[in-house]
Amino acid sequence: MTEQKTAILLLQDGTVYYGKSFGAIGTTGGEICFNTGMTGYQEVFTDPSYYGQVLIMNSVHVGNYGVKDEDVQSDTVKIRGLIGRNLEELFSRKQASGSLGDYLRENEIVSIEEVDTRALVAHIRTKGAMNCIISSEISDLDVLKKKLSEVPDMAGLELASRVSTKKVYEMGDTGSKVRIAVMDYGVKKHILQCLVDRGAYIKVFPAKTKLEELKKFDPSGYFISNGPGDPSAMKYGIELVSGILEEGKPTFGICLGHQLLALANGIPTFKMHHGHRGLNHPVKNLVTGLCEITTQNHGFGVDPEAVKKAENVEVTHVNLNDHSIEGIRLKNKPAFSVQYHPESTPGPQDSRYLFDEFINMIVAN
Amino acid sequence: MPKDNSIHSVLIIGSGPIIIGQACEFDYSGSQAARSLREEGVKVFLINSNPATIMTDPMMADKVYLLPLTVESIEQILEENIANGTAIDAVLPTMGGQTALNLAKEANDLGIWEKFGVKMIGVDIKAIDKAEDREKFRQWMIGMGIPVAPARIANSFLEGKEFAQQIGFPLVIRPSFTLGGTGGGFVHDKNDLDEALNRGLQASPIHEVLVEKAVLGWKEFELELLRDAADNVCIICTVENFDPMGVHTGDSITVAPAMTLSDTAMQLMRNTAIRMMRDLGNFAGGCNVQFALDPDTEGIIAIEINPRVSRSSALASKATGYPIAKIAAKLAIGYTLDELENQITKTTSAYFEPALDYVIVKVPRWNFDKFKGANDTLGLQMKSVGEVMAIGRSFTEAIQKACQSLENNAVGLGYYGKSMMHAEEILERIKTPKWDRIFRIKDALMMGVSVNTIAKATGIDRWFIYEIQKICNCEKEIAKYKLDTLPAELLKEAKLLGFSDEQISRIMNNGSEEEVYEKRKAEGIRRVYKMVDTCSAEFEAKTPYFYSTFEAPSNSHAGGEQLLSNESKVSDKKKIIVLGSGPNRIGQGIEFDYCCVHGLLAIKECGYEAIMVNCNPETVSTDFDMADKLYFEPVYWEHLLEIIEHEKPDGVIVQLGGQTALKLSERLQEKGIPIIGTSFDSMDIAEDRGRFSDMLKELEIPYPDYGTAHTVDEAIAVANKVGYPVLVRPSYVLGGQRMRIVINDEELEKAVVSLLKHIPGNKILIDHFLDRCQEAEIDAIFDGEGFHVMGVMEHIEPAGIHSGDSNAVLPAFNLTPLVVQTMEEYAEKIARQLQIKGLINIQFAVKDGKVYVIEANPRASRTTPFIAKAYGIPYLNIATKIMMGANKLRDFKFEKKLKGYAIKEPVFSFEKFPGVNKELGPEMKSTGEAIRFIKDLRDPYFRQLYKDRSMYLSK
Repeated sequence: MTEQKTAILLLQDGTVYYGKSFGAIGTTGGEICFNTGMTGYQEVFTDPSYYGQVLIMNSVHVGNYGVKDEDVQSDTVKIRGLIGRNLEELFSRKQASGSLGDYLRENEIVSIEEVDTRALVAHIRTKGAMNCIISSEISDLDVLKKKLSEVPDMAGLELASRVSTKKVYEMGDTGSKVRIAVMDYGVKKHILQCLVDRGAYIKVFPAKTKLEELKKFDPSGYFISNGPGDPSAMKYGIELVSGILEEGKPTFGICLGHQLLALANGIPTFKMHHGHRGLNHPVKNLVTGLCEITTQNHGFGVDPEAVKKAENVEVTHVNLNDHSIEGIRLKNKPAFSVQYHPESTPGPQDSRYLFDEFINMIVAN
Repeated sequence: MPKDNSIHSVLIIGSGPIIIGQACEFDYSGSQAARSLREEGVKVFLINSNPATIMTDPMMADKVYLLPLTVESIEQILEENIANGTAIDAVLPTMGGQTALNLAKEANDLGIWEKFGVKMIGVDIKAIDKAEDREKFRQWMIGMGIPVAPARIANSFLEGKEFAQQIGFPLVIRPSFTLGGTGGGFVHDKNDLDEALNRGLQASPIHEVLVEKAVLGWKEFELELLRDAADNVCIICTVENFDPMGVHTGDSITVAPAMTLSDTAMQLMRNTAIRMMRDLGNFAGGCNVQFALDPDTEGIIAIEINPRVSRSSALASKATGYPIAKIAAKLAIGYTLDELENQITKTTSAYFEPALDYVIVKVPRWNFDKFKGANDTLGLQMKSVGEVMAIGRSFTEAIQKACQSLENNAVGLGYYGKSMMHAEEILERIKTPKWDRIFRIKDALMMGVSVNTIAKATGIDRWFIYEIQKICNCEKEIAKYKLDTLPAELLKEAKLLGFSDEQISRIMNNGSEEEVYEKRKAEGIRRVYKMVDTCSAEFEAKTPYFYSTFEAPSNSHAGGEQLLSNESKVSDKKKIIVLGSGPNRIGQGIEFDYCCVHGLLAIKECGYEAIMVNCNPETVSTDFDMADKLYFEPVYWEHLLEIIEHEKPDGVIVQLGGQTALKLSERLQEKGIPIIGTSFDSMDIAEDRGRFSDMLKELEIPYPDYGTAHTVDEAIAVANKVGYPVLVRPSYVLGGQRMRIVINDEELEKAVVSLLKHIPGNKILIDHFLDRCQEAEIDAIFDGEGFHVMGVMEHIEPAGIHSGDSNAVLPAFNLTPLVVQTMEEYAEKIARQLQIKGLINIQFAVKDGKVYVIEANPRASRTTPFIAKAYGIPYLNIATKIMMGANKLRDFKFEKKLKGYAIKEPVFSFEKFPGVNKELGPEMKSTGEAIRFIKDLRDPYFRQLYKDRSMYLSK
């Protein structure tokens, strides 16, 4: 192993950490956030919802089981940078195709390790989300500060169209009666897999596709995907979802899709203090009374007061920790959505039943 | 679902005396359950025969029954309560290990619960059977489509042989309904089959064994889960075994969170475990599921399910901060998880899965030295007597801290100053799992053996070996330097990897521990303390549960702040640190946990902040609810000193943590850190045979003639002077370690050579052995003025059997009043002379009416909790207050409530070591104890004991 270079982490508020460089050598910036999951790092790094973010992994060892081609949630690594306590070059999994270090280098992800990640997480927990920059090539803090000021603010930022597919594609059994039009705002591969596994024929559309285009597919249901960025900055998405609802066909939204469904019903979203990112968030299903442990990754949320006031919207799921809104359904339309990730990957699979419900809804319709 | 309001009173069944496989983790779970139920206004009745437990303290339950764990006792309790108009509504059998489950089942078979209208809560019999009966478990798994190892159940020797032939070797024999794998074992080929089958069939109470294909070399994982009556399930902790399948999980080094598990494999296990739990039947509480994972395919098989809290759940509670037993008890009375709060954050839900931002490593502690001739190969049957847990911000840091916690003179991971074996020899050796395998693996790496070769030889996941290699690489770097030249960067790296200062100085063969410490202090390389908070810092937590690590501080730029790295804020209250006793082992066990807990409570009552330092995850004293502040750290000088420098306490209590804590008093004294209670010098007099005898001489108290020696020749001269038989032992040891009685020069020479080999340079003590004398002991408290005898105990067995292995009767039953009076007088004289402040235990020998003093221990002894329980007096609380100078003896009333006699019975674990004879001598061998009350000396149990008193005596 070669000597690791020094790397610097600078936060917007002037906090500086010196650590060791890992992955690619270079400079990178984005909004700092943290993930508390203890498994599934590769799935997290390739999740398009993390686009534009520099991620702290709270778990102290990352990379232990290498990387494996099949575990990705999109074609590339989506995080902008990685901060860890111990990032591991050496791995043991027999099925792995390579090491985390090589993977990050190939994907040009600048990372830093040997940082007091716990102190950082506590800082962000109290101070809220902010931008940061990591560099393993620039040591002048004033230069870094200037570069950091060029990193755009996440609030008001539209990012979905940047990670969405450029081309339409199809998956599943062409003969299936369950035809789902999937709006890709940064969809995770496993969501598509969950739909296809349940017998659906799906067509995935780029972010700014018009409703007319979708209708040509003659879908029996619509799916609104997860994705990065501020949902309120996605006028086109809100309009599209409103149009989809007019169609009266079964509609299911996840994460960003959930926020768009809310916005289309006049319920505002807001930027959360520091978001929910991890594999252990407790959610209660108010319809069945059962609880589920969920995978979450969101920095924006749906305004709880507005949801309660909205006449045609019913809360179906709440977060047991902070009582935030985790799921809604429309009273007058076959549409529902959840803030968390029922496809998980990584994370617990307690909520997979939502895909069954969606398919059943389509079949019943 | 809210609380079941039909349950007003609950009987909790304890786990009885400590034996291998069932230790004080059940005191931890039982006490948590009792407190948890009482919080809900439920009356708690408790049965346990183990007097050294916290759970059997009057403060823990509405009524405690110190009775043998038998159906007769259960009936007696239920009857008594019906007669008193306090009929018991329910029984909770999931807190007392296998013992409690088995007893509950037996009572159920006899219709006792039904007869008295007692509802079984937490689990029902069907669920117990499904989980505990190997064949039912297998069929159940097969029915659900969950893979298991190919196996057949055999009820006879013939069947067993037949099935073995079908399944092929290697295979496992697993007896049904036994504890800690008793009677089980691997069979590698046909030659070993007969013996293993026989043993298994005999060990099983229903003479049934499972003949199972052995999945040696697969990885082993354990999931700790909670399930409520509404079918909500969550995984509290996933524990990875460092040792692959084939080593009992109680004997495995284990790590949490799982280190080498992909999310795909993790979710497969999680889903499978949840399906198992939901299908188990009526169950609400904590449960443990074990899986084996094939590293080639990531396929899994289910190994077992335990529908109760366990050693692993105690570990998981300490590892995550999530109090499993406490929540499990609430689930048993009807609550659902979403109705309860996270006990650490107090703001979030109890229904969640803890996230860890640290690594914990558990390393078992063995005592093979006590069982001569025992097979020390680790296997299906648990052999360790205790364990330590260490927390760090990396695996390397945690494993080295665990080694520092073990108290077997390890200063980290590695042998220093001992000769190493040849590479081939080591490679051969690590193929077989033994207690020292991890140390040998490190040696092999140091010699340049490759990671792959080691992984292949041991079946241990490569990742762990890579991590150990990091330790080796750093060690090789350090060895290039001297104290003056050691670069700060390297020193920092070494500390991040968990090296102790002493270890670094030994590697350099230069500078002392203290000099390394001073050097790093000057470089600003200091420990910081992080909180165990269940949530990886996602939420603010309020629980003062800390561990140490090293983290580089942040800097600031243009107004940025320096982040809080050290989370342990020092209060401005007066504070006292209590030192725990480290891992349980023979001679030092649960009784010191009992003492520490009472010490903490007494300190709090006196208005001080009580700070606990210990590394034993099985204990109640390391429950974060007990102390005001808990440092889960090795009871090791370097760690302790940094805690003291951080906290600046008003004093440290060393009297409650056994020999472990006492040993640290000299260094505390050197550093000028106040020791609460008896001074170091007085303790040294009591510990140092020469000084102690001089004192006895001065006080005109008889003692057996003795001498000290450093060589065989000196020893023979002394022995001939004092007269054979003589007692030979090293100084400063625990539980009569390596103590022998010899009758001639030849035997003496052998004993001395063996001692010097194991403890080079030790001063050897040689006492004239008072043959056929009577042994007795006194526990007492002295406050500088007043003296109080807590109890006088007479041993049933004659001298020559270690006091810990003797049946002790309280009060004395056969000694004349004059003898007892003499003993009390001597005890007072000694206490006064030593200026004891707090506790003292004195051992006596009585021969022909003459009283000799054998030794004095200026600390809480093994029998202190027993006396407190027998007399119903909170002696530890009183003693702590006296140590602190907060009270004098005259402030307390002592009303001894004992009717008749109480017997402290030793309990052994010999059945874990087939081939080892139950021979008793001056070296302690019992693992636990029970208390038995008798009305008078006509009691048949007592008469039998008295008759058998010399039966097991050996040298």
